[in-house]
Order: sequence, then structure tokens, then C-alpha cells
Amino acid sequence: MTELLVGTKKGLFALQGENRGSFEISARAFAGEPVEFAMRDQRSGRYFACVTSAFYGPKIFVTDDPAGEWQQADGVVLPEGDDKALIRLWSVVPGEKDGLLYAGGDPGVLFESRDGGMTWELNKGFWEQPTRPEWGPGAGGMCLHSIATWPGDPSRLALAISAVGVWLSDDGGQTWRHGNKGLVPRYIPEEAREDTFALCVHNMHRAPSQPERIFMQFHGGVYRSDDAGESWIDIGTDTGLPSDFGFPLVIDPDDPDSAYVIPLVADLDRVTPDGRVRVYETRDAGTSWAARGDGLPAEDAYLTILRQAFGHEGSGETMGLYFGATSGDVFGSSDAGATWFTAASKLPPVHSVRVA
Amino acid sequence: MAVVRLRAPLSELAGGKRELRLEGSTVRDVLRALEQEHPPIAGWILDERTTIRQHVNVFVNGERGREDTALTPDDCIHVLPSISGG
Repeated sequence: MTELLVGTKKGLFALQGENRGSFEISARAFAGEPVEFAMRDQRSGRYFACVTSAFYGPKIFVTDDPAGEWQQADGVVLPEGDDKALIRLWSVVPGEKDGLLYAGGDPGVLFESRDGGMTWELNKGFWEQPTRPEWGPGAGGMCLHSIATWPGDPSRLALAISAVGVWLSDDGGQTWRHGNKGLVPRYIPEEAREDTFALCVHNMHRAPSQPERIFMQFHGGVYRSDDAGESWIDIGTDTGLPSDFGFPLVIDPDDPDSAYVIPLVADLDRVTPDGRVRVYETRDAGTSWAARGDGLPAEDAYLTILRQAFGHEGSGETMGLYFGATSGDVFGSSDAGATWFTAASKLPPVHSVRVA
Repeated sequence: MAVVRLRAPLSELAGGKRELRLEGSTVRDVLRALEQEHPPIAGWILDERTTIRQHVNVFVNGERGREDTALTPDDCIHVLPSISGG
């Protein structure tokens, strides 16, 4: 049995099912509220939901049972008097110490919890970056969406923000530096690219089995780093992708050469190319990409798959892959993308998908 | 003291109370007093800038109020979600 946590424009859906068929809704929470992201911390079994009420603002809620009561976590606020308000929360990620978790949000903020997610504190080192007044948002806001921990080493972190690029820390988040060498923001005139902060990273994940390696989906570009995010290599040009624009990204946790993206046409046409839904897989670290669409809609299908709407479980040839679209469809594969099935349809627009 | 009237989910965060009497000379003062008395409601009406959230409406005696709207004793403050949405 697999449990999926699907954050949607109208609440959180927990889906349960076998790996080759339709999933059933086992719980719905936050009815009517946008749920940007939901995940389960495998260490504690605790569920987390990032909910952005249109009326009452962004909050993190926590529970041990998604069908039961959810409790609001404390401390997910910005300092009063700084003339900034928290806009949205984009991700929750387990850290590399017992009880440690990170949460990322808009406007480019990082929160930390040391008690398993019940109370949070703003990461002051990142909040007080001296260049912050010069930072600017992407279309989805100034979202800190990617938090890449280093297995076994809590001192090393990598963050990515749309549109403020990659940030690296070697001291557990006390100090930060850029990690943007090699990224090419084609949406900025050439003469203005040097030293720009306006680097629109769409997604970033570290390979746990080879932590120096990180994959990135950029706003026009797919990249790989082999030096822990210090510099980036273009793996999206002439490598078999129909487009190097997109948002979702998954990597195989046991194979640092394997990654999956779901390309969209371009920034001005954010739908699946040619009316076909296809996931693209690399098994050679981005030297080449191949389409994996057996069982996915193959004609007249112009779907949009958002940043956090691609989750996975396991690894290797039996790796489970699950993604949702703003159409309300959720698709799954239990053979690392070789074949696909429809796990759910007619849900509200899907914001996020994670395996519980 | 001003009278503050709340609906769910705000009333649930205020211990199930739909009507409270709170001290304050402005709407902001009264809403801050509400947060002090019922900490779970902090951040739901006022954001970190102590600004009323964009899609929350506050009415004082039936007229739209702002954070700095001055209050007199027995003024009635309604806090409601706006009719925006999607």
C-alpha cells in the first residue's frame, strides 16, 4: 500500500492504493484552503502541511493522522518591525539531526525546527543577508522551495530560491554564500548577467548517494553540479529534452546518475509539449534524456505540472514515481517510469505530491 | 471597552468565543489585545507588520475600519473574511 499526500488548491488529499491502480481518498483536510505542500517525516511518522489561507495567511500544520486533528506549529512568522510579511510556505525537509527540520518560504526565508516540527525559528543568518534588499521574486513569488541537506552532515546545506539563485552553507546555516557559477539566465540581457541576483531556480535536489552531485531545473535550463553546488554544467542542451523549461525534478536516491524531469514548452507556454505528457529520464547524469510516457496521455493533453508536484518512493528499477497536474490528475509509475497509470483524477488543481 | 465579534475559524481560535470585550483606542490596539488574550489567533488577522491581512475585512459599527481607526467605548468591531476567493 502506498500513501500519497496531494496538496491542492482546495485542500489536502491523502490517497491510498496499490502501485498499479486507482488510489482512493483516505482523508481530506483543510477543505477549501490552498495546500502548497505536504509531507511525512519518516523518522517521527508526523505529517506536515503548508497551508496558505487566502484570508488568514500561511501556516504550518502538524498531525500524526491526516484524517484527525491538525495542530498549528508555532513560530512560523517573520520579525515584527521589518516591514515584511510571510507570504507562503513552499517546503518542509527533514534535517540531519534528530528532530531537526527545515521549512522554506516566501519572501526567501528559511525556518528551522529542533523539536520535530512543533516550534520553528527563523534562520537569522539567511534573513539578514546584506544583499536582501536587492532580491526580487519570480512569478510565483520569492520562494525558497529547495532545501538540500547533506546525508550525515548537518553542517552542509544548499538552498535554491526563485529568483535569487543557489545559496550554500558549511556551518549549519549560520553563514551563506552564492553557488551560481555556470548558470545562464537567458531571460536577462547578456550584458546584465554578470553578478545578477535574478537567478530563477525552479527546483534542485541533491543525490544522497553522492552528495557532491546536485541536479537543477532552471527557468530555461537543466543543470548538474559535481562540486556540491559551487558550479553548474548545462545538461539540458542537445541532450534529448524537448524543452529545457519546467519545474518538477526527482532523482533516484541510490543512483547519482539518474534523474527525472517533466518538461513544459516554455516560460510563455507552460504546458506539456505537443499535447503529450511525458516524463524524461536520464541514467547517465544528463548526458542523454529519454521519454517515459507509456500509459500517460498521448494526445490533446496540455497539462501543467507545478514545482512540488512530483514525488517518489524507493529506488532503482522498482522506484515509484507520482506526479499531479493542475488538471487534477495524478499519475503513477511503479517501475521507475517505464509504465504509468492514473492514480486519481478530478481532484482540484494539484500543487504538490509526496509519498508519505 | 470595544466589542469584537468573530466567526469561525477565528472564534475557534479564541476559545470558542464569538463575542469578546477588549480594551484599546484603535482597531490595531484591540486586535493586539485579542492576540494577547488568545495567542492561537496571532497571525490570523494581523500580519507581522501589524497590518490587517489583505483579504480580511474589519467593520467598526458597520463601516469599514483600518488598523488606525479610532475607537470609543462600546464600539462594535466585526472581523470577517472578504468576499474574494477562487
